[in-house]
Amino acid sequence: MSSLKVIHAFYNDDEILLDAVKTVKAAHHHIDEVFCPFPVHGLDKAMGLAPTRIAITAFMYGITGLSVAIWMTNYMMIQDWPQDIGGKPSFSWFENMPAFVPIMFELTVFFAAHLMVITFYMRSKIWPFRKAENPDPRTTDDHFLMEIPVHNNEEELTALLVKTGAVEINVVEKH
Amino acid sequence: MYQFSGKLKILSLALIIIGALGIGFSFFSAPKTVEESKEMIAAQISHGDSHDSEHAATTANSHDTHHDEKHDEHIFHQMQNKPWAALYVSLFFFLGISLLVLAFYASQRVAQSAWSVVLFRVMEAITANIVPTSIIMLLVILSASVFHWNHLFPWMADGIFDPTSKNYDPIIDAKSWWMNISGWTIRGIVYLILWNTYRWFIRKNSITEDTANDNYKTYKKNFHASVIFLVIFMITESLMSWDWIMGLDPHWFSTLFGWYVLSSLLVSALTVIAIVTIYLRSKGALSSVNDSHIHDLAKFMFGFSVFWTYLWFSQFMLIWYADIPEETTYFVARFNEYKLPFLSMVVINFVFPILLLINSDFKSIPWFVVLGGIVILAGHYVDFYVMIMPATVGAQWSFGIAEISALLFFLGIFIFTVFSAFAKVSPIPKGNPFLMESEQFHYFNIEHRGEESADHH
Repeated sequence: MSSLKVIHAFYNDDEILLDAVKTVKAAHHHIDEVFCPFPVHGLDKAMGLAPTRIAITAFMYGITGLSVAIWMTNYMMIQDWPQDIGGKPSFSWFENMPAFVPIMFELTVFFAAHLMVITFYMRSKIWPFRKAENPDPRTTDDHFLMEIPVHNNEEELTALLVKTGAVEINVVEKH
Repeated sequence: MYQFSGKLKILSLALIIIGALGIGFSFFSAPKTVEESKEMIAAQISHGDSHDSEHAATTANSHDTHHDEKHDEHIFHQMQNKPWAALYVSLFFFLGISLLVLAFYASQRVAQSAWSVVLFRVMEAITANIVPTSIIMLLVILSASVFHWNHLFPWMADGIFDPTSKNYDPIIDAKSWWMNISGWTIRGIVYLILWNTYRWFIRKNSITEDTANDNYKTYKKNFHASVIFLVIFMITESLMSWDWIMGLDPHWFSTLFGWYVLSSLLVSALTVIAIVTIYLRSKGALSSVNDSHIHDLAKFMFGFSVFWTYLWFSQFMLIWYADIPEETTYFVARFNEYKLPFLSMVVINFVFPILLLINSDFKSIPWFVVLGGIVILAGHYVDFYVMIMPATVGAQWSFGIAEISALLFFLGIFIFTVFSAFAKVSPIPKGNPFLMESEQFHYFNIEHRGEESADHH
């Protein structure tokens, strides 16, 4: 496969970056990726990315946690080894339910939180021993980088990016 | 400037008059003698009302001799209490909401939060309702403790503290260092004075702030006053909830009751702020309020609904688990005679806000927030209803003319005081240093449909 030519435009302010993204999108250029040292509010919308679905997964993970808690309390406290604590009914899960609410709550939160983090890592392709993908280490410090594919329109793109306030523009071969 | 329209004024006055007539009627139709109350009960039973006979069976066991006579007198007192209790539930609800709006407002000043600055005048206007509700509360306090016109508080009956009396109650007597009539009356008056003083001070100085131009000296003064008020508020709110609600069941106590009442009033207060804001914005009176402000208010409504559930459940579970008779009486009374309002209230106040307001986009749709808000307010009214009614009217509860009239009466007063207070001054607190930040407040993750403030992107 032939190598792909891309433009790396650097910015040093999130507000300028956000305006630049809007200008580039308005001129109907595709933006591959934007690398930021911190999350920029509204950037996903400006880039035209689809809304995140992590909230939906969080809900499903929460339901999973709740189900596990119900199953677990029922198995441990009612089926396997019924325990008489303070004279509470130990032969019916439902009658003992108030005692299990804290467990149900905690496991719901636990499942939702941990699985959401893992999902986020997987979707972002961050797993152990993986090499970092960001093209320039400055994007982890104080610079923002916008990556735009070039289709024989190098001059036009460069001129546009200079106008948007880019502090540095590099054309690189991507393998 | 907002104009308090004639239509709204007539509506509020009509509500006050209708409510006052209904309250008058409910007092007039309450039984005057034991015989009358017996006739009324007999009429009720012949209508096929069964829950009363259960009650008769449970109370009869506790009195060996003359139990019929005593029981009849007990029912008579409950029926006499009914119009008072109906008035008291609504009064407490409206007074508490206004008080919590004041406390929330103070917390915004103390936190020096920026987002809510454009809502300051709305909150100040709502706190104006503290004045009339405090005056009525004062009258209710005096009529309970000084004039003995009502028997809402059983521990105020004759002979409770007198060892020679047949009414003597050693449990209450042991608490007499706190639970005594003079102390209770004085404390009540002190709470009302403290709240009204801060309200009067901060409203006056907030208006001064607009034109002060004194290098934020007034602003800082308001900050300090609010810090002091928050401390006073946290103490008086707890004491108030013990005195005015927990004291209705003088044998029973719960250590988190102050928090529980606080959470219920707080979520109602934020709901009221949201509804009034949405109404005023729809009238064009709040040009700098955008969807992000509504979204934040709805987030608070959602969050504090969950917080309320947390406290409700904490109180319930500890008492359920420990299973100590003197503590469980509270829930036994509610499960026996108030099952439907008591349990449905938990569903309305927890499941409903969760399902309705969990979606981020829904939280900024005005009609959605108003709809959710009305249900939340109804749910928390029922919450106070089941806090107050079991101890005062027992099995004689119903939701009729007395309760609805009291609600309408206080709603009328609320509309009149709040909107006339809002119309008096500029809706924008110009002197606040965070005003611009508040006007530009913008939450990126929601669609902004309504009126927009200047958006810098």
